[in-house]
Amino acid sequence: MTNTAASRPSIDALTVGDTVIDTTIPVSRADLIAYAAASGDHNLIHWNERYAKEVGLPNVIAHGMLTLGSVVARVTDWTGDPGSVLDARTRFTSMVVVPDAESGPPTAPTAQLALTATVGAIDAEAGVVRLDLAVSAGDDSVLGRTQVKVRLA
Amino acid sequence: MSVNTDLQGAQYSLPAPFEVGREAIAEFARAIGATHPAHVDAAAAQELGYADVVAPTTFAVIPSQRCEALYISSPDSGIDYSRVVHGQEQFTYTRPIVAGDRLAATTHVDGLRESGGNAMITTRTELTDADSGEPVVTVTSTIVVRGEK
Repeated sequence: MTNTAASRPSIDALTVGDTVIDTTIPVSRADLIAYAAASGDHNLIHWNERYAKEVGLPNVIAHGMLTLGSVVARVTDWTGDPGSVLDARTRFTSMVVVPDAESGPPTAPTAQLALTATVGAIDAEAGVVRLDLAVSAGDDSVLGRTQVKVRLA
Repeated sequence: MSVNTDLQGAQYSLPAPFEVGREAIAEFARAIGATHPAHVDAAAAQELGYADVVAPTTFAVIPSQRCEALYISSPDSGIDYSRVVHGQEQFTYTRPIVAGDRLAATTHVDGLRESGGNAMITTRTELTDADSGEPVVTVTSTIVVRGEK
């Protein structure tokens, strides 16, 4: 869902603690291949199961930057301006394991990210809002201390 | 082989500017599910006041990881890439990246320490406008090199 100019969030209507994004993001093995191609990060652990297991991982894992990129994209879809991010930071706390689908096409999602973004701070004078993001896959928090500062009109 | 701590403070620069193209922005936006039309439609970007299509926030990882790789993949670094996991990442923007930008990149090895058999390495990559020299975005990245057990 992308906000159009008419529905872009106004800083005056926000309160600290408001949840502004609450969504899920499915992830498939095909998504990892597409991200590898788009980003140039062809690390084998993100697409080859045998290699991932050889280096001690449970299975193929998503690029941490695919997870971060996907959730920050939801933030800019919410602000309605993809150039509105002043600062985005995270800690990668847990792996997102993306096994091959047991049947059907490799485009079938085998992992799911849960994202909520709440308003952490508002600087009305500067027109800047800090969103605090919680991102999990299954029972694991996969991004920690994730904060995105955005400029709102 | 262990990580070379003598490289604390070292710098690595891309030999030529990274040229930001519309197709690369569109492909990256698609890969992360960024749906705003300003990623793909120059007219939509211009409506928001940008010269051309706007890159997603984390697009900066492409030139920054390319520059970081000059350090990480150099035989000098002592880093076994198969043992690297990503620890932290931060983007601090001066202005958004748009198609047509030519970005110069320099990676600084800011932090390099070993603890408990692991090494934690923090790099800071400054992406600047190659033509004007003005800052665009600072990308700070921490990787952990897992020790051999």
